[in-house]
Amino acid sequence: MKINSPLEAYKFLPATNCGECGEQTCMAFAAHLIDRSKDLTECTPILEEKFRKKYEELDALLAPEIREVVIGVGDNVANIGGDDVLYRHKLTFFNQTKFAYDVWDTMDEKDLIERVKYIQDFKKFYVGNFLTVDMVAVRSTSGDPEKFAAVVSKVVETTHLPIILCSFDPEVLKAGLEVSKDRNPLLYAANKDNWKEVADLALEYDVPVTLFAPNDLDLLKSMAKTFAEMGTEKLVLDPGTFPTGKQLRQTFNNFIKVRRAGIEGDREIAYPIMAVPFTAWMAHDDPVSASYWETVVASVFTIKYGDIMILHSTEPYAMLPELHIRDTIYTDPRKPVMVDPGMYEVGEPTADSPVLVTTNFALTYYTVESDISSNKIDCYLWAIDTEGIGVEAAVAGGQLTAAKIKKGIEESGFNLQTDTTHNTIILPGLAARLQGDVEDETGANVMIGPADSGRIPGWMEKNWPPQKK
Amino acid sequence: MAKKMKLSQISDILQDLDVESLEGVTIEGDIELNISGGGGLNPALAYALGNEISQISLHMANIGRMLGFPAEQLFASAFGMAESPQALQTPPRIQELIDSRFEVSKVDNWKNKIQEVTLGATSADGGSRKSTVTLGGENALPYYFDAEMPHRNYVTVDVFDMPIGMAKAVKGNYEDVINDPAEWAKKVVRDFNADMVTIHLISTDPLIKDTPAKEAAKVVEDVLQAVDVPIVIGGSGNPEKDPGVLEKAAEVAEGERVLLASASLNLDYERIAKAAIDHGHVVLSWTQLEINAQKELNRKLMKQCNVPRDSIIMDPTTAALGYGLDYAYTNMERIRLAGLMGDDELTFPMSSGTTNAWGAREAWMVSSPLKQDSDWGPREYRGPIWEIVTGLALSLAGNDMFMMMHPTSVQVLKEITQTLYGSIETEEIDITNWIGAEV
Repeated sequence: MKINSPLEAYKFLPATNCGECGEQTCMAFAAHLIDRSKDLTECTPILEEKFRKKYEELDALLAPEIREVVIGVGDNVANIGGDDVLYRHKLTFFNQTKFAYDVWDTMDEKDLIERVKYIQDFKKFYVGNFLTVDMVAVRSTSGDPEKFAAVVSKVVETTHLPIILCSFDPEVLKAGLEVSKDRNPLLYAANKDNWKEVADLALEYDVPVTLFAPNDLDLLKSMAKTFAEMGTEKLVLDPGTFPTGKQLRQTFNNFIKVRRAGIEGDREIAYPIMAVPFTAWMAHDDPVSASYWETVVASVFTIKYGDIMILHSTEPYAMLPELHIRDTIYTDPRKPVMVDPGMYEVGEPTADSPVLVTTNFALTYYTVESDISSNKIDCYLWAIDTEGIGVEAAVAGGQLTAAKIKKGIEESGFNLQTDTTHNTIILPGLAARLQGDVEDETGANVMIGPADSGRIPGWMEKNWPPQKK
Repeated sequence: MAKKMKLSQISDILQDLDVESLEGVTIEGDIELNISGGGGLNPALAYALGNEISQISLHMANIGRMLGFPAEQLFASAFGMAESPQALQTPPRIQELIDSRFEVSKVDNWKNKIQEVTLGATSADGGSRKSTVTLGGENALPYYFDAEMPHRNYVTVDVFDMPIGMAKAVKGNYEDVINDPAEWAKKVVRDFNADMVTIHLISTDPLIKDTPAKEAAKVVEDVLQAVDVPIVIGGSGNPEKDPGVLEKAAEVAEGERVLLASASLNLDYERIAKAAIDHGHVVLSWTQLEINAQKELNRKLMKQCNVPRDSIIMDPTTAALGYGLDYAYTNMERIRLAGLMGDDELTFPMSSGTTNAWGAREAWMVSSPLKQDSDWGPREYRGPIWEIVTGLALSLAGNDMFMMMHPTSVQVLKEITQTLYGSIETEEIDITNWIGAEV
């Protein structure tokens, strides 16, 4: 983005404070444009013909430094790139890294379909949503255009996920394109030998294309410049992912260099970057070691500027950390880290329902809440003000104490003695050491729950309702 | 006399003209172009004709240039083109890559160097360690080309002074030594490639065993006897008890330059600082995911307690992957960037309690508690990678030292951090044709 203050954006807006964007004033809307929490098209007046020039000028000024490239069509479209900063705390990173898992054209049809479905359906619940993976990369291992086309057809038939067509042979790519052209696949890849033919394909079929220049940033930039000159900026850059040793260190620095140059305004290289952790499999024979190393390389390039990557291991122990490190890096750091302290009702609790204590750290709260509600347990869940710190750290750091718990209860207006039949509080297992103090402070019975809220259902079966003394 | 030709004939005649064949060519008389059809040409035909004529004019212009006439200037002024005869010769399809050099500058505002801090002391310096570990000294984010990173990352492996609850995958490695901290320490150095050992005196917690400080100090002596690497001494985390425990431990470890873990704002940090100064140790300055609290504690340690700059390491808190690592990562990255850009209250090496990763249910649970989840697979593989990715993320944020537990995690984290650091030599791998790789 070429401007950085709301005032600079405001100059282009109609300044009528009409409120159609949902903001009270044009200045407030301008602030949202600068932090990219609103889109210029939400200003309906500026879309009118008479503001056309201002719209176009402002739109250009607001465009992200790194171009956005679109792969796929419809609901399953994958946007990549679009970043404006090198560090997430400076704004946030946009368009999380897209994970493509590979299939190849010498697979049995049955294995192929099974693998594609597995990739498509893989999911992991996390803070109110499911984490999923994004794409299928089809590798030509046979070198045969017909075989490739047959497998691409099968993939297109089986899944709506966006696809990457992988071959260095333009004939093979063309065969794949013929059967997937209406899915806007990403071509992989143009290199120093085939770039003319691959450029023709990208232009003819109007699809995005990857430029592959292993450890040669001059070549990478030359290709990007040439392709742009020929009429396409739907480019993805692959500077090569070398899996081990000094070559990997070099790869790491290539990613840093390309992204830094792009963010600093070198438009010729300001495209999304592709990593290929798949190459870990060229360095390790044992599948567990290969999976581990692939996950490690994927993590490095999820953190450092990879916008899309091709992976091989579909083991849960590879996919789960990959999904979580991506979520870690792409979570908007501006979003609140805490829920309001207080008493929350989960399900439809009655006077016989248990009263559970947790912290107001958003992550802890939502984890506990989902564990309870998904198991249909009715209860009162008490979010104590720990300044947004999780249970274990808050006990160690003094943010979760008996006094805090007592204060939380008093402020909520809930009366344990009259509003429950049991006068009992359940503390998280990680706060077990507070048991005596909480009993003394509140006069209530205190039970110790499990150390992980995933075990609350089992714990309830055994321990609730409490035995009458 | 005027001679009539078809356009294509002219083009055919002229297309072979170049420098070599120019000699002997004479152009005589007038050339008349007879374009029939007038204004009624269809667009495709007009385009084709235009192409032919332009090609001919290009040949003509080249002849003109051969004869010494600057034809390109004529074209440039006629068509309003600013420069370059190449533009004229460029066909719709580019035949050669446009040459371009990639350039990027180094970061110019990383002017401040991170403080170097040495742990452990050899006999030459009044200790009994065989080797020492130096952290810090960076002038850039880790592994960046902007400036050499002077020291690699180090791993210190956790040892406890009593049996504790551990994830099954971790416990399997320690069952034989779980009642003997000295043997435990030996094992992690000998078998698991630990650079250092952390002895956690958790039994001193009044709510656990309330082991007296003096008795706990004996365990420290045992560990110092058992291994010759630098050590970290941790309390139980009880803010009332820890200062006394760490004072006693600091006393028995006199001269060994241990790391005392830790000073924090919620306990009497002055006592910990004094113990470090009196006995020649280093203080771990621990705060909870809050950069301003970190600045405050560091400032108090330096200004109020007079701890020398080369005797402070920070622990800004490690949250597990999926459980707040986003805050922990960004907190560390901000601390390191602030340090590099000149904030003298934050220019210290950092340490991470990476073992915290094992708190994540994904690391230790047999399977997902939620039915909708895809299968989580075997936990013995999930746990170590959880610890690795947690540590790896923080290494990229600037963390120098890792407190860890699982041997596989230690091995892989060392492998990747030292690869990025540049000290791992491997056979080069040719990825040119990776697409066709058999895997």
